[in-house]
Amino acid sequence: MNMAPISRPNTFNRYDLRMALLITKREVRDSFRDWRIIIPIVILTLVFPALATFTARVLFNFTAQYGAGLVSDRLVPFLLLIVGFFPMSFSLVIALETFVGEKERKSLEPLLSTPLTNSQLYVGKVLAALIPPMITSYLGITVYLIGLFVAANWAIPTELFIQILLLSTLQGVIMVAAAVIVSSQTTSVRAANLLASFIIVPIALLLQLEAIVLFWGNSQGLWWLILALTVTAVIFIRMGIKIFNREELLGQDIDTLRVSWTMRQFRDRIFARDVDGRYPGPFHWYRDNFTLIPKLGLPSGTLLISLVGAIVLGFALSSQYPLPEEIQSTLSGADIAKNTSNLQFMFSRLPISIFMQNIRVIILAAFLGIITFGVTDILIFMLPWLIVGFLGGQLAISGENPLIFLLSAIVPHAIFELPALLLASAAALHWHASILARPENGSIGENWVNLAADFCRLFISLVIPLLLIAAFVEAYVTPRVILLVYGG
Amino acid sequence: MIEADQLTKRFDGFTAVDELTITVNRGELLALLGPNGAGKTTTVRMLSAILQPTLGTARINGYDVVQEADQVRRLIGMLTEQPGLYSRSNGIEYLLFFGRLYGMSDDEIQRRGHHLFERFGMPENAAFRRLGEYSKGMRQKVGIIRAMLHSPAVLLLDEPTSAMDPHSAKLVRDAILELRDDKRSIIVCTHNLAEAELLADNIAIINHGRIIAQDDPVTLKRELLGRRRFEIQLDRSPDGLASELDDLVTVEEVELQTIRYVTDNPVLTNPQVVRRLDGLGLGVVSLHELSATLEDVYLNIVAGNAEPSSIDGQPTTNGQSLPVLESTV
Repeated sequence: MNMAPISRPNTFNRYDLRMALLITKREVRDSFRDWRIIIPIVILTLVFPALATFTARVLFNFTAQYGAGLVSDRLVPFLLLIVGFFPMSFSLVIALETFVGEKERKSLEPLLSTPLTNSQLYVGKVLAALIPPMITSYLGITVYLIGLFVAANWAIPTELFIQILLLSTLQGVIMVAAAVIVSSQTTSVRAANLLASFIIVPIALLLQLEAIVLFWGNSQGLWWLILALTVTAVIFIRMGIKIFNREELLGQDIDTLRVSWTMRQFRDRIFARDVDGRYPGPFHWYRDNFTLIPKLGLPSGTLLISLVGAIVLGFALSSQYPLPEEIQSTLSGADIAKNTSNLQFMFSRLPISIFMQNIRVIILAAFLGIITFGVTDILIFMLPWLIVGFLGGQLAISGENPLIFLLSAIVPHAIFELPALLLASAAALHWHASILARPENGSIGENWVNLAADFCRLFISLVIPLLLIAAFVEAYVTPRVILLVYGG
Repeated sequence: MIEADQLTKRFDGFTAVDELTITVNRGELLALLGPNGAGKTTTVRMLSAILQPTLGTARINGYDVVQEADQVRRLIGMLTEQPGLYSRSNGIEYLLFFGRLYGMSDDEIQRRGHHLFERFGMPENAAFRRLGEYSKGMRQKVGIIRAMLHSPAVLLLDEPTSAMDPHSAKLVRDAILELRDDKRSIIVCTHNLAEAELLADNIAIINHGRIIAQDDPVTLKRELLGRRRFEIQLDRSPDGLASELDDLVTVEEVELQTIRYVTDNPVLTNPQVVRRLDGLGLGVVSLHELSATLEDVYLNIVAGNAEPSSIDGQPTTNGQSLPVLESTV
């Protein structure tokens, strides 16, 4: 049997850093020998900051004519952000081809046969992709600031300077970390470049957000952004170290989508084909599906924590954004009972609609989760509980006991609906996030297909029946409980 | 020493290497022969701890390629099919980079690097020229120099003399033989059958991920080509008299004054054949064995004359048992 390798101590010591820096040093030296890298660096370090300085000076003069100095004060730092970002965007190009480019040039395998560990290789490559653009970025910022001081006698506030420096650096780190992940998981530079849009688009949106916060002049907002970017960078680097391995780099040579293999793998997994090639009967298949549930411990735990967080957040938001007085006054027990009583004829026609709505949400979340690596699985799962928390908070404000509301209006059908949604969301999260971690056995692709099949198995065998029961309870039982509790 | 036991590698349902078992002792050289896609490169990648086997085990000087991958990588020198150099580095920078990764001092790298450059007949200033300017043969040599730089105990060489002129190829072959004599364990993957015959103590023919024949070149030829072939030159055309030999040998071909036949027991039958022909009034000018080449063996097995059979787990060719798997190389 194949065994997992003995894991090295989970630390990165000075020796590891020295080995990583050997790679960095060689790659940076080679980068600086490439005119295609040198020329943009010179342009972005000298020409673009000079242009930005000129633009800023014109802006100062123009806004001063109309007494709108505030506008230029807010826009000039944004130019600084751009001056810092443009060279940093080069890190993406370097990082994208860092592994897959070497693979195409056939120079990767000799490197992989050396005693370098995966972490040393990864860190060395990340630094190599980061250092030249970072130097260029800092030089560009320096040239721009000196130019501004000389030409317009404008000096940047220290806090803003630190913030922009941090934002530029973190953007670079995130782009590099994400690009190295892409580079290590693709089999050609072309494929890596195609996938780069998944990095460029969010970064472009991030820049727009930063521009808004800068123009708003919200210093605290910038610190929050820096914190969020730091967390993202740490997650990406950790993820990169986790999934980076020699096997994935050289194990596959072709980008071809093997449809028939995928279909066969999916079919075998969904019908629980055993090692001897036999398919179980319906009863055994159904029973076998329960064995999938214990594997969902981590995603289920994450979702339950998110659930509690959503309720608490919803409750907290209710006091921050209380409903208008006229609506607040209708949130009494008597009104709830009256409304429920009036709408009871409608509830009886609803079970199929409720059921179909839940099914639609799960299917939509399953598809969205593919492109968000599971983030939307958590967010969509949290949303109804955020609303429940918010409603509970509003009830508390209007003097009703939110716990009674929860027990009467939510719990009766939630007994079935919550496990169903939790199961579906946990299976979806397990499946979607699988792309971010190296499986114990098989390739990432194989594991992804298997987990997609597991999701379908649970969806068909457990989630659909539970949601059907929940829909009928919500239509016929919950309204009666509400009326019983609040008296109608 | 290289030991692989039932080494298997599967990629998403495709079996690249299937239960491969080999042993290469110290001071031995194994040639891995096989067509493109046979599983040679995957085997070498598993032995060099780049890929993990799906099943089976492999050890390099006692170190497990999965459990002790770091130690394994320190012990091996690997030449990949294409040397894959950093074209913007010069020769010595390239060697300094790799030497440092193996923990060698700069002095040691320089000394050994220059020695190897000289040993492989590289031009005098080559060490300070950009690798991108090197010829194909020079690039291949630098790849070999890199693989040998840290004096590895085990060498895994994929097509070591490809793209080389005959003189350079001989230099490389001599160096490989020197290393073998210096008690290193060496695996050479090659398509060059003559080279394999020249270098290898043992040859393993691999196809569809399985070793279908494995032994020393002489035994392989004997075992796999079966009955020996002979050619007799006569003083005139036999004119239908060749059928008179049917009870002694199997006549394969009659051409002008030549008869080609196969026999299981030449010691017994050849004198009888000569006497019979003499009796028929046909003078024998010469009689010699048609020597089998490794190419014959290779083509016989790989190009379709022999279908590996799974009967009793023993691959066979033309119904004969092959010396596979159990052979100690």
